[in-house]
Amino acid sequence: MKPKKILGSNEISTILNRLSFQLIEDHNSFENIVLVGIQPRGSLLAKRLTLLINNHLKSNDLKVGYLDITFFRDDFRRSEKILKANSTSLDFLIENKTVVLVDDVLFTGRSIRAALNAIQSFGRPLNIKLLTLIDRRFSRELPIQPDYCGTQVDSRLNEKVIVNWKENNDEDSVYLIKNN
Amino acid sequence: MENLSVDNLLGIKYLNSNDLNLIFKTADNFKEVINRKIKKVPSLRDVTIANLFFENSTRTKLSFELAQKRLSADVVNFSSTGSSVSKGETLIDTVNNIISMKVDMVVMRHPSPGASVFLSKNIDSCIINAGDGTHEHPTQALLDAYSLIEKIGSLNNKNILIVGDIMHSRVALSNIFAYQKLGANVTVCGPKSLIPKDIESLNVSVNTNFVNALKHCDAVNMLRIQNERMSESYFPSVREYVQQYGLNKNILDSLDKKIVVMHPGPINRGVEITSEVADSDQAIILDQVENGVAIRMAIMYLLAAKLK
Repeated sequence: MKPKKILGSNEISTILNRLSFQLIEDHNSFENIVLVGIQPRGSLLAKRLTLLINNHLKSNDLKVGYLDITFFRDDFRRSEKILKANSTSLDFLIENKTVVLVDDVLFTGRSIRAALNAIQSFGRPLNIKLLTLIDRRFSRELPIQPDYCGTQVDSRLNEKVIVNWKENNDEDSVYLIKNN
Repeated sequence: MENLSVDNLLGIKYLNSNDLNLIFKTADNFKEVINRKIKKVPSLRDVTIANLFFENSTRTKLSFELAQKRLSADVVNFSSTGSSVSKGETLIDTVNNIISMKVDMVVMRHPSPGASVFLSKNIDSCIINAGDGTHEHPTQALLDAYSLIEKIGSLNNKNILIVGDIMHSRVALSNIFAYQKLGANVTVCGPKSLIPKDIESLNVSVNTNFVNALKHCDAVNMLRIQNERMSESYFPSVREYVQQYGLNKNILDSLDKKIVVMHPGPINRGVEITSEVADSDQAIILDQVENGVAIRMAIMYLLAAKLK
């Protein structure tokens, strides 16, 4: 199967703008809200959204952090490959704050389950919201749904959604490919 | 990504430089974990580990146990005093009995060199050597190298000096292997009676002039005089040893550059190293201890991934 382009850079830009305004609409102030990108693939999205929101509001109130969930995953010792960890950097307290977990693709929900456990090592947040760029519908293995969603994609289990960011891949785009 | 090339950690001798770098990279992640407010991750929650200590240990045992608990492993501890070993049970029988209780991983310290290699050939379990007699102490060498890299960067072409009781020290042998695999040049220094005869065959230089050797190194690892392993007298008196091989502030200040001072502990203050040096900013002795937990977490995490 030829890779199918789901989103191009203009569409992604529109979606990011919409998501940032949705966050602004729902929250009066960003002093008690933090965005936490799930490493490695949610980090760039979290960073972009933070920049957009801070630009819209002309402030630096919104803080962004990056959370590695490797040691909290439920497939350790269940796959052939070694789970490689990434760095975590949360330079703020999350106690009593609203944490918006940010990831690029929501698929089975297992990463988010791991993230919900991992974030507890840093305190007790007031509440946790979930934002994803792509929601692969009908493929959830856990009862987890996004609060903010870029777009929904219907895909088969043997397909894979690839998100490219211009910081790493020269362009912003989302493709659907067949997983071998 | 590839995992370790080995299924047990018996000695640094059996690792390659990719293994070392993978361990260090994983330890970076665990170092971040153990500096969190909540220092525990659930990775090894379905793994049971037995710590078998047939010889005394404070730091290593504590460090292993903390590492295991921070990985959420179940831990059982065994020490030979007060056990059936004194009733004449063999090592293989003791360990097989413990493994029958469904233990996945064995951490062992033993006074006999080669005990962990022997065990790995005779039982079916993952074994981590926590020191076997005068042979190897791989986790110590890993944390030494890791701490040194943290302080001075890559060890490629760096000169590292190991001073003291090379003959009886398992730390020395593991250190030599680790530094060499990371590209460093190793020199050993100490009284001739405490330097093994054929040490040059390991590509190690020997220099018995302590101050001269210090001038040419980037880092020095000061070993402890191991009175408990010496059946005879290897040097005339402790006083004479201190005069010739003790590291004090005057010697350190007389060098052209600031070298890094390491010590595997326990320190004999005033013997191999003075208090002033041990507590100075050139010493990374407490960093070594902190990194020990992260390194041991990394090793057990990587080896656990290979358990069947």
